Amino acid sequence: MEVPILKQGEFLIATIQAALSDADLEHLRMALIQRVVRFRSRAVIVDVTAMDVMDSFASRTLKEIAQMIRLRGAETVIVGIQPEVAFAMVQLGITLETVATALDLEEGLAYLSQKFKNLN
Amino acid sequence: MPARESRVPISSDQDIVLARQAGRALAGDFGFSSVDATLIATAISELARNIVTYAKRGEITLSALTDSGRRGIMIIASDQGPGITDIRRALRDGFSTSGSFGLGLPGVRRLMDEFEISSTPGQGTRVMVKKWRQERLEK
Repeated sequence: MEVPILKQGEFLIATIQAALSDADLEHLRMALIQRVVRFRSRAVIVDVTAMDVMDSFASRTLKEIAQMIRLRGAETVIVGIQPEVAFAMVQLGITLETVATALDLEEGLAYLSQKFKNLN
Repeated sequence: MPARESRVPISSDQDIVLARQAGRALAGDFGFSSVDATLIATAISELARNIVTYAKRGEITLSALTDSGRRGIMIIASDQGPGITDIRRALRDGFSTSGSFGLGLPGVRRLMDEFEISSTPGQGTRVMVKKWRQERLEK
């Protein structure tokens, strides 16, 4: 299950559309970092609205994606974590505290535009 | 009448996805709320991943439970892998022998209502967890 990555100006938007296996998540990590380098992107939004389970592996991979992208000087925002998924993550003991999150794609884009407007 | 039991062989990361989808479907059939179904699916994901990571192969069995008016789901993850030498340590947050992350078992324990583990080094591991529905059965 390949995750489509859309280039929107200086941002990249990856929309997860179905349940992902570990291999799919690792593929997404590689694809995102390659595109951040190729397009000199300033930020990445990962939309996880369609993910019905966020287990320790998925969370760790998202954290790693955000860390790698930060090392490239860009920002990552995870959007669309469903309420029951958030509940399960907290019970499991998972934190994404080092990664920016937003309610949905719209909020994520608003957060980034604000952030980069202030920088410019 | 929904299926009372489901058995999912686990030997790859694809099977982890299949197992948690089977668990979510069964939890829905048994009348669990969407939140509980997500907790159950997440626990299955962790247990199935332990099998793939440590034992390479094993199985997840999902079954219906009825106990004096309560209904629930039981999940058994079993493998013939290397087993766990120090179970008490494995149940502590932050412990992992694969160098990956130490959330697995303590996290699963928090997601579910009951948790039992038995393991014999060199022979395998069996983890049994249960989750009960909050509501009483209608008479």
